[in-house]
Amino acid sequence: MIGGLFIYNHKGEVLISRVYRDDIGRNAVDAFRVNVIHARQQVRSPVTNIARTSFFHVKRSNIWLAAVTKQNVNAAMVFEFLYKMCDVMTAYFGKISEENIKNNFVLIYELLDEILDFGYPQNSETGALKTFITQQGIKGQTKEEQSQITSQVTGQIGWRREGIKYRRNELFLDVLESVNLLMSPQGQVLSAHVSGRVVMKSYLSGMPECKFGMNDKIVIDKQGKGGASDDPGKSGKQSIAIDDCTFHQCVRLSKFDSERSISFIPPDGEYELMRYRTTKDIILPFRVIPLVREVGRTKLEVKVVIKSNFKPSLLAQKIEVRIPTPLNTSGVQVICMKGKAKYKASENAIVWKIKRMAGMKESQISAEIELLPTNDKKKWARPPISMNFEVPFAPSGLKVRYLKVFESKLNYSDHDVIKWVRYIGRSGIYETRC
Amino acid sequence: MPAVSKGDGMRGLAVFISDIRNCKSKEAEIKRINKELANIRSKFKGDKALDGYSKKKYVCKLLFIFLLGHDIDFGHMEAVNLLSSNKYTEKQIGYLFISVLVNSNSELIRLINNAIKNDLSSRNPTFMCLALHCIANVGSREMAEAFASEIPRILVAGDTMDSVKQSAALCLLRLYKTSPDLVLMGEWTSRVVHLLNDQHMGVVTAAISLITCLSQKNPDEFKTCVSLAVSRLSRIVSSASTDLQDYTYYFVPAPWLSCKLLRLLQCYPPPEDGAVKGRLVECLETILNKAQEPPKSKKVQHSNAKNAILFEAISLIIHYDSEPNLLVRACNQLGQFLQHRETNLRYLALESMCTLASSEFSHEAVKTHIETVINALKTERDVSVRQRAADLLYAMCDRSNAKQIVAEMLSYLETADYSIREEMVLKVAILAEKYAIDYSWYVDTILNLIRIAGDYVSEEVWYRVIQIVINRDDVQGYAAKTVFEALQAPACHENMVKVGGYILGEFGNLIAGDPRSSPLVQFNLLHSKFHLCSVPTRALLLSAYIKFINLFPETKATIQEVLRCDSQIRNSDVELQQRAVEYLKLSSIASTDVLATVLEEMPPFPERESSILAKLKKKKGPGAVSVTELEDSKREGGELNGGGDRGPDTAAMAASNTSTPSPSADLLGIRSAAPVGAAPSSAGSLLVDVFSEAGPTAPSAAVNDDGFLSSAPPSEDPAPPLSEADELLNKFVCKNNGVLFENQLLQIGIKSEYRQNLGRMYLFYGNKTSVQFASFTTTVSCPGELQSQLNVQTKPVEPLVEGGAQIQQVLNIECLSDFSEAPLLNIKFRYGGALQNLTLKLPVTINKFFQPTEMSSHDFFQRWKQLSQPQQEAQKIFKANHSMDTEVLKAKLLGLGTALLDNVDPNPENYVCAGVIQTKSQQVGCLLRLEPNAQAQMYRLTLRCSKDSVSRRLCELLAQQF
Repeated sequence: MIGGLFIYNHKGEVLISRVYRDDIGRNAVDAFRVNVIHARQQVRSPVTNIARTSFFHVKRSNIWLAAVTKQNVNAAMVFEFLYKMCDVMTAYFGKISEENIKNNFVLIYELLDEILDFGYPQNSETGALKTFITQQGIKGQTKEEQSQITSQVTGQIGWRREGIKYRRNELFLDVLESVNLLMSPQGQVLSAHVSGRVVMKSYLSGMPECKFGMNDKIVIDKQGKGGASDDPGKSGKQSIAIDDCTFHQCVRLSKFDSERSISFIPPDGEYELMRYRTTKDIILPFRVIPLVREVGRTKLEVKVVIKSNFKPSLLAQKIEVRIPTPLNTSGVQVICMKGKAKYKASENAIVWKIKRMAGMKESQISAEIELLPTNDKKKWARPPISMNFEVPFAPSGLKVRYLKVFESKLNYSDHDVIKWVRYIGRSGIYETRC
Repeated sequence: MPAVSKGDGMRGLAVFISDIRNCKSKEAEIKRINKELANIRSKFKGDKALDGYSKKKYVCKLLFIFLLGHDIDFGHMEAVNLLSSNKYTEKQIGYLFISVLVNSNSELIRLINNAIKNDLSSRNPTFMCLALHCIANVGSREMAEAFASEIPRILVAGDTMDSVKQSAALCLLRLYKTSPDLVLMGEWTSRVVHLLNDQHMGVVTAAISLITCLSQKNPDEFKTCVSLAVSRLSRIVSSASTDLQDYTYYFVPAPWLSCKLLRLLQCYPPPEDGAVKGRLVECLETILNKAQEPPKSKKVQHSNAKNAILFEAISLIIHYDSEPNLLVRACNQLGQFLQHRETNLRYLALESMCTLASSEFSHEAVKTHIETVINALKTERDVSVRQRAADLLYAMCDRSNAKQIVAEMLSYLETADYSIREEMVLKVAILAEKYAIDYSWYVDTILNLIRIAGDYVSEEVWYRVIQIVINRDDVQGYAAKTVFEALQAPACHENMVKVGGYILGEFGNLIAGDPRSSPLVQFNLLHSKFHLCSVPTRALLLSAYIKFINLFPETKATIQEVLRCDSQIRNSDVELQQRAVEYLKLSSIASTDVLATVLEEMPPFPERESSILAKLKKKKGPGAVSVTELEDSKREGGELNGGGDRGPDTAAMAASNTSTPSPSADLLGIRSAAPVGAAPSSAGSLLVDVFSEAGPTAPSAAVNDDGFLSSAPPSEDPAPPLSEADELLNKFVCKNNGVLFENQLLQIGIKSEYRQNLGRMYLFYGNKTSVQFASFTTTVSCPGELQSQLNVQTKPVEPLVEGGAQIQQVLNIECLSDFSEAPLLNIKFRYGGALQNLTLKLPVTINKFFQPTEMSSHDFFQRWKQLSQPQQEAQKIFKANHSMDTEVLKAKLLGLGTALLDNVDPNPENYVCAGVIQTKSQQVGCLLRLEPNAQAQMYRLTLRCSKDSVSRRLCELLAQQF
């Protein structure tokens, strides 16, 4: 039960303040500003307890969103709500900025009234919200339309209205993954996991029934046992083990529990079908090999080699390697064969950027760092080298096997639907110790 | 000082600072700072030398970054380089950096010290000042070590500029305050004193701070400053306001200097030289006169400066305390301030008057302002001023105005602030007692006090009333009557009930003649309050009831009925239940004679310092009140304690001032004397014996009907040793470890080790029950002459022993000389409310300090013959108590601590041992011969020691062993 929601700008001025419950007083607004936004020490915990009041905050660029409660709520629920709130606002007016919030504050209050009721989250589906909260003036809605909204919002399938028609039935499916890694200097994987999302954009007519299939190990194994004709060895290799997953509300969970099949009536437009996490057999797209040598007290030689580890036909993009430098760096010389490298003093790091890189290649950078002798005996902590990239495959190994669409009432079949599938693997926290 | 020219503006620094100010977030600020740091690093690292300007700029930036809260670990070297620059601004920034970011790097310190030394020896006054400021700002021990000898030289050198002298004096003051041991007195000290004569007022002002500080530590060396200060003061005071030009502040000539001079004079007694003294008195008079003059300006600064001097002068007058004329004038002046508009002035006036009141000369003068002060107490808006007014009333109180003051304070108490109520209550109580002429007034006052501010009346206050009432026969009847009346109020404070219960229980008979306060009425009145009171008060009331039974036999039935009712006899509180049960039994079993003896009237309390006074002192902190208090007590003599008899002398007062008795001592005083009140709580063990079969360890005193209370030992004293204590002792002659004592409740284990004349004993107290033992205490005592023979040190044990738990106590034993008695161990604890008291003998015997000695047959007999005097030998023939097994005997003899010598005695059946007993004062050689006779089952034991008492004691001890 969220007691209230506040939005602040970077100075701590309140832009939006909506209180849902009586137990949250006016001073709660100031308490958060004083203790978190203007805190002398930067507050790192997203949850802050001030005078028996809990504040849950997220930050979007310079904007702070804080949910307040005096009760013992489920923190995950509150954050899920805050993220949804951000999504909804982005869907309505684009980037969340002070300017945009000020321009749309009537809309935001309207949204807040709708998606939270007495502190309990309600419908936060953008598509559904857009049917009755509009940015234009009030349309002369007929009675029919109004009753349709009511039946849709209160009905069983709240995320899709009836009577949608498209000339072209199209479907876009994105598998977005972020791969996280911590590797020792010797190349030993200390921890690695992939968190992925399946995002769908559907432009389908009527009330279609969809079925989504992927190379989930459990499903494949079951089929391997059932259909004896399949080669068990082959299917085993191709399948992945999913550690845990969550679904959009449209997915029929009972069916997933019993048959592990993902079937649903999709909302119209863009939505996130599922989220998952894997930890086994991850394809690491890049390998970073650091070499740091201290030459005397005033010099440091760094050599970093990166190797791409995927099919040569694929191209990785937006590669960025960040090599931290000691705090007493007084000068840096960099030589790299590919891309551009620069010493960024404000971030205490050498940033090496490569636009594109094909698979099974390697590239290296070497730098000479000059140090200023200090009287401090403190040794440099050697933070890990981190990396950013984007690759056109799923590092978890997930493959979409099928996405079938059935619409019995309208006469289009699965074959008539145009389907697009795309895989994007991004780096999460991808670090190698040096 | 050279003005900062426009070119020194350091644009880069300004830009950087405005950048930082414009940062929108913390992260942006950190980024900007990182960038700047990298830039500065590359600049400092760069091969080409930086010019002074950029060096200064970067050092400034680093300083700014450091002050923002970031770590700076470089740039020190550049800052040190700046010190050697010839430009003022560069040098200044260098010094600034160094005094802010002192680094303990030894290399750097050397460089810094070098630069400072150069500047100090330069002729440029601004550079010298910069260096001196840096030393003072850092003020570290290293700095003091390096420059403590240098600065006095600069200070007294003839050619030093005035501004440098000023800085040097303040710098030296700072070094002296941080490390006084390094600033050595020397020939410069006398010359420093002469700085008081300096032409430059600034130098004098700086020097006087230094001199005041120094003279507080070594008054004798600076004695000469008194006359100089006086002459300086008179010059300032008598000067016209325009003479001093720069040093005249709102028409007041040199106010700061005057205050400092007056304060310096307060370090010394009045000058002996008549001329000097005359001059000083003149000055003080002038100051007092000036206060009367109409103000030259309406500005607040003018009056502040004037009053500052005046108050300092008044505190000097108070300090001297020898000029009645001045004291009275000061007092009158303060009297004027009492009605001043300015709250601060009123506060200060009240505070100074407090000290004036204690002076014999001005006491009367202070008293004339009583009306004003009382008025202040009532009408003042500021609580701190009211508090001062209350203090002053307390200080000015004497016999003549006591009644008025006490009445006023009492009436004020009703509206007083909560923070000062308790203190006020104590003050009223003390004044009432101290100046009581007739004690009915005293009783009235205190009862009023309890009525008005019952919550703030501490235990001590009502203890004290009772003590005084009991000690004075003439007031008892009146007290009983007043208390009785006070209790008739529908709601009265618990403290009132306590006092009432106690006094009616003692002296209710004095008012029983009146039918309005007949015994039954009294009892009913008390009992009507009973249910509203807390447990301790109820306990006290129960004691009052049993006293009633004694005083008025006609109430016996009623009271027994009350005691018998379930809410008493089955009360969940152990204490109440026990009292109810015991009193009920006591009243039904004991005859009237016994009752009368047991429940006799309280004996008078021994005279002692009022515990209230002690409490007030503790509240105020040492020194705050004690001085005036001490003087009061000098004047008032023995008035303090219980009035009439001039009991305690001032020496005793002084003694008790230093160690105030704890309130519990007083409580004990009341309790141990209270005949019945004490019974359940402290004489518990006895009563437990009477009424129940519990308490196995309690001394089994003979209980008979006539006077069982009188025959019992006072329970707070240690019980007599157990009858089996000696047996227990014998068990341990030949062994060091084992169980010393055991009963149903307690087990005491022992473990001990001895080396030469020292021993260590571990006692293990095990609680065998499942209930915790409360107030568990153990004491080891050495009775009689043992005190000089044995030294036993113990550590106190935990007062709580949980059920089933064991606690340990370590005893350190030192044998000073030979001894024959054993030390006593007394153990006291409460087991389920009943006091257990147990005394044991500690198994420390002389043989524990044996050192075995090996010797040959020849040596043995030679020594045996040497110890042939009849006293030195002790012999005993006795029957064997145990079997005459050879191995057992050998083990025992070894356990004794001696060396068992083989092949010495011609008869192999006999045992021969030798050893030296180590005591602190001497060593006693011992030879032993044990001749068993297997047929007759007899032994003959012969001991020869170099000391006769030892032979006898050992012989006694050993005869029990075989």
